[in-house]
Amino acid sequence: MNFKTLSLISAVALALPTLGMADPDDDTLVINEEIEMVTKTAAPAHLADAVDEVMSGWHFRSDETQAMQADDFDNPGMMFVEQGVEIWNAVDGSEGKSCASCHGSPEAMAGVRPVYPKWNEAAGEVRTLQMQVNDCRENRMGAKPWKTDKGGSIPMEALLASVSRGLPVNVAIDGPAQATWEMGKELYYTRTGQLELSCANCHEDNYGNMIRADHLSQGQINGFPTYRLKNAKLNGVHSRFKGCVRDTRAETFSPGSPEFVALELYVASRGNGLSVEGPSVRN
Amino acid sequence: MADGVKPRVKAPKSAAAGEVVTIKTLISHKMESGQRKDSDGNKIPRSIINRFTAEFNGALVIDVELAPAISTNPYFEFEATVPEAGDFKFTWYDDDGSVYEDSKSVKIA
Repeated sequence: MNFKTLSLISAVALALPTLGMADPDDDTLVINEEIEMVTKTAAPAHLADAVDEVMSGWHFRSDETQAMQADDFDNPGMMFVEQGVEIWNAVDGSEGKSCASCHGSPEAMAGVRPVYPKWNEAAGEVRTLQMQVNDCRENRMGAKPWKTDKGGSIPMEALLASVSRGLPVNVAIDGPAQATWEMGKELYYTRTGQLELSCANCHEDNYGNMIRADHLSQGQINGFPTYRLKNAKLNGVHSRFKGCVRDTRAETFSPGSPEFVALELYVASRGNGLSVEGPSVRN
Repeated sequence: MADGVKPRVKAPKSAAAGEVVTIKTLISHKMESGQRKDSDGNKIPRSIINRFTAEFNGALVIDVELAPAISTNPYFEFEATVPEAGDFKFTWYDDDGSVYEDSKSVKIA
């Protein structure tokens, strides 16, 4: 589909009020009255001992915030997707190429976002989508790579996510990616900081509960990049990890570090089966 | 002209005569309040959209004065009666004197 049809009207069905309750709601998300999203599904096999059902963070937000994501005109994240389209078509670097020169329209990249982070055989490493985009920029376009979650990284990631909306996240965790996945799992269950909190303490043991004024979600990353109302911009997943680790009062890893790449793969795998939602709207 | 300013409007292409339609507008703008300081302690000058108007066939529909506390990318949603076929004209006024315009035609179905 193209962006014109994407900007048609939409609505949220089944808006059940959840006043006074912290549990996730049972609303359904349909983008532009067109793309039906899977926001709750059976947990992937590797989570059998942890949770029964995986849920998008969308269920943990207020009806008003949820509605913003259901319509592209109301979704402020789509402004960054427009920026992404401009970057997609702009020639950059010594080879005189744009993304469009090789890949055609952004819609041709549907199905790419759901499988990243992904093992790259030639490089012998697990690569995030941003790393793969940078590989293209350096080696095919002769352009300067972007830093993680900086420059064009986020608009480009938002564009690539937007064309895959509705497709299920499906990252591979076996074969050569397994070692990285195990490292990510280790990080997920490792307590950090003065508060001695692991990701699991909040997002596995206590999702649905309030941590002071914040409503804890499962910490799924199917909706990244995410437009946060609190800072009025799109946020990358590594930057979000950094914020979470910082909140445990720990020294954090850097966005783009091998640790966060591994964590991104592991957390993405916890959402295998959920629809790609990026750019999503959260608070 | 501030960077990256782009007006967007969503309005129905057709309406029944006398119908009340919902119009959504959004302009990407940083809406710098003038209250903030940069890393060197210097005041960042105010740069906001200070007025927004919508007209239908020359008749004013709404006229909004915007203040510095309004957040980035101001969004307006309002209703307007469409008595006849014609054009909506939307105008945003920037502090720096720039004027951004957009228009939408509505047919009578």
